[in-house]
Amino acid sequence: MTRIHISQGRIIDPENGTDSIGDIYIADNRIFSIMGRPEGFDADITIDASSQVICPGFIDLSVRLREPGATQKATIASEVKAAAASGVTALCIPPDTSPCIDNPAVVELIDDKAKAAGYGQIYPIGALTYKLQGQELSSMFALKNAGCIAVSNAQMPINNLLILRRAMEYAASFDLLLIYQPQDYHLSHQGCAHEGTIATRYGLPAIPEIAETTALLQCLELVAHTGCKVHFGQISCARSIDFIRQAKDAGLPVSADVAIHQLHLTEHDVLPFDGVYHVNPPFRTEGDRQALRKAVSEGVLDAICSDHQPHNIDAKLGAFPETEPGVSSLETLLPLTLRLVNENELNLMQAIVALTINPANILGLDTPSLKVGELADLCIFDPGKIWQINTQNWLSSGKNTPFWQQNLQGKVAHTIQNGQVVFSQGNSR
Amino acid sequence: MSNDQGIQFTSEGKLKHFLTIEGLSKSLLTEILEVAESFASVSEQQVKKFPLLRGKTIINLFFENSTRTRTTFDLAATRLSADVLNMDISTSATSKGETLLDTIHNLEAMHIDMFVVRHSVSGAAHFIAEHVAPNISVINAGDGQHAHPTQAMLDMFTIRRFKKDFSQLKIAIVGDILHSRVARSQIQALNILGVAAVHVIAPKTLLPAKAESLGVKVFYNMKQGLEDVDVVIMLRLQKERMAGALLPTESEYYKCYGLTEEKLKFAKQDAIVMHPGPINRGVEIASEVADGTKSVILKQVSYGIAVRMAIMSMTMQATGNRK
Repeated sequence: MTRIHISQGRIIDPENGTDSIGDIYIADNRIFSIMGRPEGFDADITIDASSQVICPGFIDLSVRLREPGATQKATIASEVKAAAASGVTALCIPPDTSPCIDNPAVVELIDDKAKAAGYGQIYPIGALTYKLQGQELSSMFALKNAGCIAVSNAQMPINNLLILRRAMEYAASFDLLLIYQPQDYHLSHQGCAHEGTIATRYGLPAIPEIAETTALLQCLELVAHTGCKVHFGQISCARSIDFIRQAKDAGLPVSADVAIHQLHLTEHDVLPFDGVYHVNPPFRTEGDRQALRKAVSEGVLDAICSDHQPHNIDAKLGAFPETEPGVSSLETLLPLTLRLVNENELNLMQAIVALTINPANILGLDTPSLKVGELADLCIFDPGKIWQINTQNWLSSGKNTPFWQQNLQGKVAHTIQNGQVVFSQGNSR
Repeated sequence: MSNDQGIQFTSEGKLKHFLTIEGLSKSLLTEILEVAESFASVSEQQVKKFPLLRGKTIINLFFENSTRTRTTFDLAATRLSADVLNMDISTSATSKGETLLDTIHNLEAMHIDMFVVRHSVSGAAHFIAEHVAPNISVINAGDGQHAHPTQAMLDMFTIRRFKKDFSQLKIAIVGDILHSRVARSQIQALNILGVAAVHVIAPKTLLPAKAESLGVKVFYNMKQGLEDVDVVIMLRLQKERMAGALLPTESEYYKCYGLTEEKLKFAKQDAIVMHPGPINRGVEIASEVADGTKSVILKQVSYGIAVRMAIMSMTMQATGNRK
């Protein structure tokens, strides 16, 4: 077993709110000491973490690895490398693979591929309905036993409210979390841009705010009725935040996340006809962006996820409405979150909470912590390092990011998963 | 946002592609109208051909059906002495799974000088212009719901022929603004040319979100919207709008928004009536109005040739200079 000594880092432990300079010693996959060098501790690897931050590894609630089904875009092997380089030590895979995650065999396949790629914590999200068709319930109990951490219909429509109600009642029976992306199918159908001035000017089929808010409100009523725990994924509208806040105040078992790029870009950043800005939900207004940022700082939006969707070049080559939506965003998760800290929207502790203990709590995982005896899932990053997004620095197969060739501040230096160094760039020996 | 119109110009600032009205200057629009004027006056004479584009090859690349627009482009190119090839792509390459870009590159390899493109998706002409070889010009003959700039220019030409001073004019555009690339380009051109007001008249289901942001006043009824206007532009109503629950029936639409002689009385005495065609008689316009003395609909069609000749010769000059 590898013994690791991390020296003189700024240790931020969101669980007990500590922030201090110190050393961490890792042995047998676990944190062995955080006070002083244990007697006889002989490190195999020593990491100089001076001027770097040590925190729990990030837990990403939505990462598409594109396997099985779309290996022309990316593979589990390629994307877990990107995840490790992003400080992500655990990630959830939405069920819309092909075949979709609606039976234990697919879960097993993903598991095997991840193990072969040397990545530990992949949490598949099971399909809520059979083949994600929105008509019949999936075998949720079997999916849970196979290792699915939650159920979801991803972005596929559910035929009607009766089916959603039944699915939520059934999921609640097995204490399964529903991850729900609120978007009404008919109100958003064929849309590719926020219904606002930009879509109006360029004649782009639009996705209105009400596509999200009406779906959200319906689901909230069903939460109140069924008691099903629901996590709302990739919220994009200011009005949605008001409804989520009210639901939380009323004690409903709900939580929500936002995709990192939604906290930075708006409809006005969208260069018309550049498919790299095509995302779903679409980039919305400046007012929405500000409300989303505030909601993260206030904890109404519990978590920040990457909503990583790598694409091949062809998928983004075409007239804007014909390109496929999604951003390759694992590797911008940390620097864009730190940008919020630099812009005084969040403090560093809040940022780390939104990337670590909040997603863990949503998923019902043990709260990550930097205590002696805890499993060593750590991210060590340099908050000041400026780097350029280019082919040399980018590991995901998907190069579809609006930030391509831009300089970002903040880079992961080392990622430790289960006590093993899974990514390293810089000062270790 | 600012650099998306830059693609239309060469590094020397000459018009190379004609994709959208947005971002073009008043002086450039006026220049196009002037050049078109010179072609129009000659077209009315006996010798109709000019040698300006001799030896050039133009492909009319239509991914969406059109008779009128393609014919006028065809005639415009022929009168400029270019060789013209008409390609109806909806029935050939793309149906075999060939991508848009592959189609373009294949045609490029045949040493084409200009593509005239019509496509059902917003941004398609822009996308092609971004990816073609640098010596090729792209003219947008209508892309999705985005733009139809040559149609807008022939409409400006028509207005200028009948109404002298743009700055005094009030113009009403009636009908399906939401889905209309023609309306978007017209509104941009009218505002650049500095008209007094642009009214749009439609039920809310046929208006885009934040329609005012286009630079128009919005009206839901004809009486208010047509009051005191100099030009009434009617848009064609697509039949599929009924199926999409945007409208109840054609007859109800006609009752509320169809241009009848009675409703036309709300406009100025000397108002002209325009329509990009083809018209649906008894749906958006009464036959008496379409065929009446105020209608300039057929004039629009013939002016379309001169305007397209102007745009084709101007863009081709820009690429010619680059070689």
